[in-house]
Amino acid sequence: MFKNHPRIGHMLGRAGWYFVTFLVAVTINFFLPRLGDANPVDTIMTKVSDGLDAASARAKEEAYLKEFNLVEVDASGQVKHDARGKPMRTSLGSQFINYLSMSLRGDLGGSILQHPKRVSEIIRTALPWTLALQLPTIVFGWLIGNLLGALAAYKRGVFDQVMYPIALLASAIPAFCFGMLLVYVLGIRLEWFPAVGGYDDGLTSEVSWAFFQSASYYYVLPFLSVFLIVVGGQAIGMRSMCIYELGTDYVKYAKLLGVKEHRILFYMFRNAMLPQLTGLALALGTMVGGALITEMIFSYPGLGMAVLTAIQGNDYPLISGCTLLITICVLFANFGVDVLVGLLDPRIRTAGQTGK
Amino acid sequence: MRLLKDLFRSPSFVLGMSLFVLTLLLALIGPLLTHVSANTRVGLAYMPPSAAHWLGTDHMGVDMMSMLVQGLRSSLYVGFLAGSVATLVGTLIGLYGGYKGGLIDDLLTVGTNLFLVIPSLIVLILLSASIENGRSLTLIALIIGCTTWTWSARAVRAQASSLRNRDHVALARINGYGTFGIVFLHIMPYLLSYIFMVFILQMAAGILSEASLSMLGLGPYDSVSLGNILNEAKTNEALTDGAWWAFTPAMVLITVIVFSLYIINTSLEGVFNPRLRK
Repeated sequence: MFKNHPRIGHMLGRAGWYFVTFLVAVTINFFLPRLGDANPVDTIMTKVSDGLDAASARAKEEAYLKEFNLVEVDASGQVKHDARGKPMRTSLGSQFINYLSMSLRGDLGGSILQHPKRVSEIIRTALPWTLALQLPTIVFGWLIGNLLGALAAYKRGVFDQVMYPIALLASAIPAFCFGMLLVYVLGIRLEWFPAVGGYDDGLTSEVSWAFFQSASYYYVLPFLSVFLIVVGGQAIGMRSMCIYELGTDYVKYAKLLGVKEHRILFYMFRNAMLPQLTGLALALGTMVGGALITEMIFSYPGLGMAVLTAIQGNDYPLISGCTLLITICVLFANFGVDVLVGLLDPRIRTAGQTGK
Repeated sequence: MRLLKDLFRSPSFVLGMSLFVLTLLLALIGPLLTHVSANTRVGLAYMPPSAAHWLGTDHMGVDMMSMLVQGLRSSLYVGFLAGSVATLVGTLIGLYGGYKGGLIDDLLTVGTNLFLVIPSLIVLILLSASIENGRSLTLIALIIGCTTWTWSARAVRAQASSLRNRDHVALARINGYGTFGIVFLHIMPYLLSYIFMVFILQMAAGILSEASLSMLGLGPYDSVSLGNILNEAKTNEALTDGAWWAFTPAMVLITVIVFSLYIINTSLEGVFNPRLRK
């Protein structure tokens, strides 16, 4: 169908694949938290049932069961009861369908811990912080790491001998260790930067110069801690990729032909970039995971922090809402990288023309 | 033998191996050095290092050194178990798909890529959060192994599929070997060094995953791990109280283990793949 437009065909194929992945992710998100027998209503009831008599506690429980779609409801909105007078539980299957249709409408259910609040509301305030922290760190970290790696491979010598062990160490330090170290040394001991939080206590989250100034001051440490680790990991990958490219026939041939050095470097860089870009797609999940933990270390008001408080409070709807959103973001980022690969990879660009 | 000689001539292998052996030794003979158990209070909260307690005490007044040794043992155990499970699952899937090719391979590859894209930490969080009671160290290790196998499957598959059209494999097929015979006798032996490298990285990933889970408060309930120590130190204000001894040793240990595993891996790569050696 897209014989003359291999790129469009490629992208449609990828989009279809990501849609399937998305469906699997949604399914996992629904079923995994429900493997255990923990139930959101029990968690709420242990908090609110103090001092209630049996009848009103039952009424309250039924109201919550209805709110979380855990019981069958008849046409008039009344909770159905079985022969013994117990509320009839909905089956897991119909809960799943309900969950799907609600998620598609952008409703991720109610939070238990922050009860009347909706999960989507909490996520909406947390998401911009996470995006603002992770997008630039990963993009710039990837670019700079690749440049450093290519340079190290090309120059070798002292530059390589200094850069390589440092990059190895940086990539081996777990994100949370590095974060804690920065908090302790730069934040608490030296007091150069605020150690925890996203902005000054007195301010509210709004679009203003004062808020922006405060937020960027708090941004430095979490940024550094994720950035340096990404740079280290990417530099190592690019370095070995470039060493491999340097040994290939086309580089040797170009050298024999007397092609200028910077041109060879450019060819080499371009060829090594592609696997690195694919590598980025594969590493994104790990990077985002590491950055989430970093958010917690810095009590950064993003999704990582939301997940942490949700776990501490057994807030299942909030946990699975956050994880679903993180997964969707990672899928989107991956799709972006795939599109980029499709644009850059000459094999995909010319795939349809070889038959002519 | 040539291989071993080459290995021991590589400075990064020697460095990585000695660091790793040192941590192993500490885990093995550590209990002899610490005469107090990790469950008893020996003093006040956050006592600085002293002659009696080399690494001071934690927020409960427990000897840090004994906590650290126990944490190290648990982390190494998790790394070993999770790494073994992940390598085993990944290798089996990768070998089978890579050799078989066709529809089975396509299905396995799609499945692998699917779980590669969905962040494994997310699956880990969801799984561990659903197991509220009975989150033992072994169970956590098994769960980690079952969520991190994806990229080893991918790596092994690529290698196996490059071998499937070799002459000796075709010869084995003509001689009537079944799929499993070919995979285990005629393909796997060629990939053993590669699988070993995968195992080393999976071990590092296992240790890191356990620590991440513990940082989220989803760690094992039945044992002290390095991640648990860090989490306790963070939640109990060790950072703001300036009690550096409550978290730096655990941080250094995790980093040293992961770093040593990484450089062992890269030096193995250098020896097995002569192209990188120059």
